Amino acid sequence: MEILHILATEDIPEIILDKEKEVFEISGRSLPEDINSFYQPVINWIQGYIRTPNPVTIFKFRFSYFNTASSKIILDILTMFEVMNEEGHNVVIRWYYQKDDEDMLEAGEEFAEMVEVPFELVTL
Amino acid sequence: MPVANFNNTADFFEFVYGFYKTIKANDICLVYEGKITHQITKSFISLAEAQMAEDKEAVRVQRIILHVMVECLQNVSRHADDHDPGDNIYSGKGIFMISKNSFDYFFTTGNTVLNEKIPALIEMINKINKLDNPMLKDFYLKQMREGRLSDKGGAGLGFIDIRRKTGRKIEYYFLPVSEKISFFMLTTSVSRTT
Repeated sequence: MEILHILATEDIPEIILDKEKEVFEISGRSLPEDINSFYQPVINWIQGYIRTPNPVTIFKFRFSYFNTASSKIILDILTMFEVMNEEGHNVVIRWYYQKDDEDMLEAGEEFAEMVEVPFELVTL
Repeated sequence: MPVANFNNTADFFEFVYGFYKTIKANDICLVYEGKITHQITKSFISLAEAQMAEDKEAVRVQRIILHVMVECLQNVSRHADDHDPGDNIYSGKGIFMISKNSFDYFFTTGNTVLNEKIPALIEMINKINKLDNPMLKDFYLKQMREGRLSDKGGAGLGFIDIRRKTGRKIEYYFLPVSEKISFFMLTTSVSRTT
């Protein structure tokens, strides 16, 4: 599978999706100008990946900030992993937050409530 | 030499000085009038971040302000109704203002809306203002689950997020401009001691 690598700027996160090296990560800030077209390649990549996933998938979210439109997309991504989980694949979401960032921790807890996927909340 | 709408240069400079005094007296940190683009949003965020770092605002306050600014600015950029060019001076544009006192920051936006959209806006803001924290959380999650992203990228979550992050009510006002449109102003505050 092709590697998807998007470099971060002041308004978009870094995204690395690499099946072979088992790296699945979104990190940084997310407030893209056009939310739908920015995340479409990510959605497409994950849709392809969940058809023939690795034996274990650890997907890392390492946001410092995301806007409300991005939160909707994050839920869409998590829902795809929920399907994967239901189909018996081994998938873990690792949600990172700064120790003093209560809101980021709370956001992680809320996403964990919304989807049936193993969820780990990890301090940075 | 007459300047802009003034009879003479002295009047113009008097006006500028009066304007400057108004800004100082009201502790206005930033005021912008015009089209709010993504570029403008990004610029204002970095301006505000630099200023807040210089003022040594608490990190938590800085984070809340980032949330409030982005949602406020994106609201205007998505919803400022674009009327026929020349229809009125406000067409598709807006105002964004940051002011402060010793205790709070204030974020104010203003933009035109079609009158027919006003009842739904009032209903939405009043509803959000009445909800307590657990109810706001439930409403946010419900909107995230059931809401659809609009073509403009809106998820209907901005007001709820502002209310949740600030813990403050959203104040608003509609000023009639014509039979078709009104000027919609909204202000929210962030405590500097959060």
